[in-house]
Amino acid sequence: MATLSPPARHRLRVLGFLSPWLIGFSVFFLYPLIATVYFSFMHYNQIKEPTFVGLKNWRYVFEQMPLFGPALWNTLWLVVVMVALRVVFGLSLGLLVTKLKSGVGFFRTAFYIPYLAPPVAATVAFVFLLNPGSGPVNEILSKVGISAPTWFNDPNWAKPSLVMLSLWGIGDLMVIFMAALLDVPKEQYEAAELDGAGPWAKFRYVTWPSITPIVMFAVVTGVVQTMQYYTQALVAGKVASGVNIGPGSVVQPGYPDHSTLTVPQLVYQMGFQNFNTGAACVLSLVLFAIAMAVTMLLMRKRSGLLSAED
Amino acid sequence: MPRWRIRTRVPAALTAAGLLLAGCANPSTGSADDDPTKPVTLKFWHGWSAPGEVEAINKSIERFEKLHPNIDVKATGNVPDSTINQALRAGGGESPDVVVSFTTNNVGQYCDSGMWVDLDPFMKKTGLDKKKTFPKTLLDYTSYEGTQCALPLLADAYGMYYNKDAFKEAGIARPPRTMSELKAAAKKLTVRSGKDSYERVGYMPNFRLYQGTADRLFAQWGPRYFDADGKSRLAKEPASYDYFKTTNELLDAQGGFKDLEKFRSTFGDEMSSQNAFLTQKVAMLLDGEWRGLMLKDAKAKFDWGVAPLPVPDDQAEAYGRGFITGTVAGIAHSSRHQNAAWELVRFLTADTDQVVNFANAIHNVPSTFAALKSPKLDADPKFRTFFRILQSKYSQAMPPSTNGGAYIVSFGDFGYSVEAGHEKNLREGLKKLDDQIDADNLQSEN
Repeated sequence: MATLSPPARHRLRVLGFLSPWLIGFSVFFLYPLIATVYFSFMHYNQIKEPTFVGLKNWRYVFEQMPLFGPALWNTLWLVVVMVALRVVFGLSLGLLVTKLKSGVGFFRTAFYIPYLAPPVAATVAFVFLLNPGSGPVNEILSKVGISAPTWFNDPNWAKPSLVMLSLWGIGDLMVIFMAALLDVPKEQYEAAELDGAGPWAKFRYVTWPSITPIVMFAVVTGVVQTMQYYTQALVAGKVASGVNIGPGSVVQPGYPDHSTLTVPQLVYQMGFQNFNTGAACVLSLVLFAIAMAVTMLLMRKRSGLLSAED
Repeated sequence: MPRWRIRTRVPAALTAAGLLLAGCANPSTGSADDDPTKPVTLKFWHGWSAPGEVEAINKSIERFEKLHPNIDVKATGNVPDSTINQALRAGGGESPDVVVSFTTNNVGQYCDSGMWVDLDPFMKKTGLDKKKTFPKTLLDYTSYEGTQCALPLLADAYGMYYNKDAFKEAGIARPPRTMSELKAAAKKLTVRSGKDSYERVGYMPNFRLYQGTADRLFAQWGPRYFDADGKSRLAKEPASYDYFKTTNELLDAQGGFKDLEKFRSTFGDEMSSQNAFLTQKVAMLLDGEWRGLMLKDAKAKFDWGVAPLPVPDDQAEAYGRGFITGTVAGIAHSSRHQNAAWELVRFLTADTDQVVNFANAIHNVPSTFAALKSPKLDADPKFRTFFRILQSKYSQAMPPSTNGGAYIVSFGDFGYSVEAGHEKNLREGLKKLDDQIDADNLQSEN
């Protein structure tokens, strides 16, 4: 082997240091992405050899899949409402906990604990609590004389119920915002007070500019996570519908009236129940494209949000 | 910093990826030239999970191993279809040789995709005449377009369980036989409590109640789902209109869908002691033959009986019919010991003593002519009602489809939408449903 020229050696060294990430990226992201694109143009039932069918899968998804519309709408609805409320709620809790004079440890723990509950268990518990016939929530409400909705059994209330569930497990965001709020330099507040700023002005001109990057982070990760919203919606739909699940039963996700059907659930159903790999890949790519676009938009926006002090 | 020559590398990477992809799409292939008398270990996946059922299947396996000392069977229970499906597609050494599915819905898909091997050559080799062994309805639901890739392993017939005490109280002499009798009886049996709840409901037609999915009760009308070309014909089927009219009338006669559905959400799990029939919240229940054993085990506090489900008024001669389905067994395409696997499938599905023993143990309907006639069969008259339903010439199973049970899911979905009052125009809705089923089938065809 000939001795390497210095630039080549440098290149190898760089590659060597990069290789863990490069390998991970190609195996877990790049290859699956290429495979997804490849199979979206194939008819493949995961048994027989794939055959090329051109745009047939794309057409099927956009023209002949009545559930695609509702699933996309539900996913986007959850992205907008859930992410917005989570950020507002997480930030309010963070502010509350950092402002407290006593009992800080207790409140931090109390708000954080629900986040540690496994998502499936938390969802099942929520469905039972909100059961229209036998759940404690509606019993208490009816004693007070409020005619409560049927929550997970009502198409108009199922998604808001899921949002409530996610707000209950807000602990992770609260901690992140707490850290950000405690990072705001104290002397800036003092200076603002000397200038006669009230609580709102302090928040608007001191707190907000310094935590903007963290808010952005929360929004972007929130959007990406909510795009993949699967477990809670699936479990809630299954448990609330009361359909018995055993070997041989096929459960159609999205109860009631497809109101909790999200795109990832549809991907699973297409890919691993109907073995319609092509359509499942098309759906995944649509999801990927939307997540990509939203993230880029937010990143652009971010530079506008950041104020001069940063 | 030296610049990367991206242009040459990307195509190379893509070509490599393409080669990799082509390699991944090759599932392992099995073989049928093994010697079934040589020592071998078979992996057997099934769906039984209740303790009594697991015990019964394990005893069956022991009997089989006594007959075939060279074959060692490793059984795994409580495996749902989706898992079997995924394992067979992934292939590999850990995938099962013999598989059991708890539904007939997917048989069409299994036969058409070649996931389950054609059993006809094995029957020929070992001299089993399927037409003389199994009833025709059962052969129909275990094959697709002439490929017999599964065999029936006990069958399920659906009938009606009714609460005799409640019938006495309401002054009803016998279980209803026609839909108008059912409506009248249901109305009489319903006892309201408060402004929107119930003590008891007569017959709950809600499609989400336990086994009462849209396709089950529809069998009482004897519908034809597909025409000769395999096109969905639900909008052309007169029975579709009468069926949904009847279910809607049943709902209205007992207080409407909203209240009934709300009441339903208070019911306990189907397979638990909180089953609504057992807690006397419903007086009549559509269910399979296995429920009887569970009612006995749970020591129901009331006197109950079984009868075939009612039929439409204009088809009175078909009374005694019901929905038929069953458990099916087959051999995985990836199995390398297909002859040995066939020995196990043959034993489980066609050995008369085995079928009778197993049917008695788990309270399912036997699925061979010989077993149905066997004197050793459980003589409980309530259980025997279901044998008659199975053998009625009017009884129906779901037709197999290349897309598995997808059309049944679509039909069920449509049913949910009808009962909730979302389908303003039934004919348009059914037409759309037909188009959907056809599009889905076309999409899944190779």
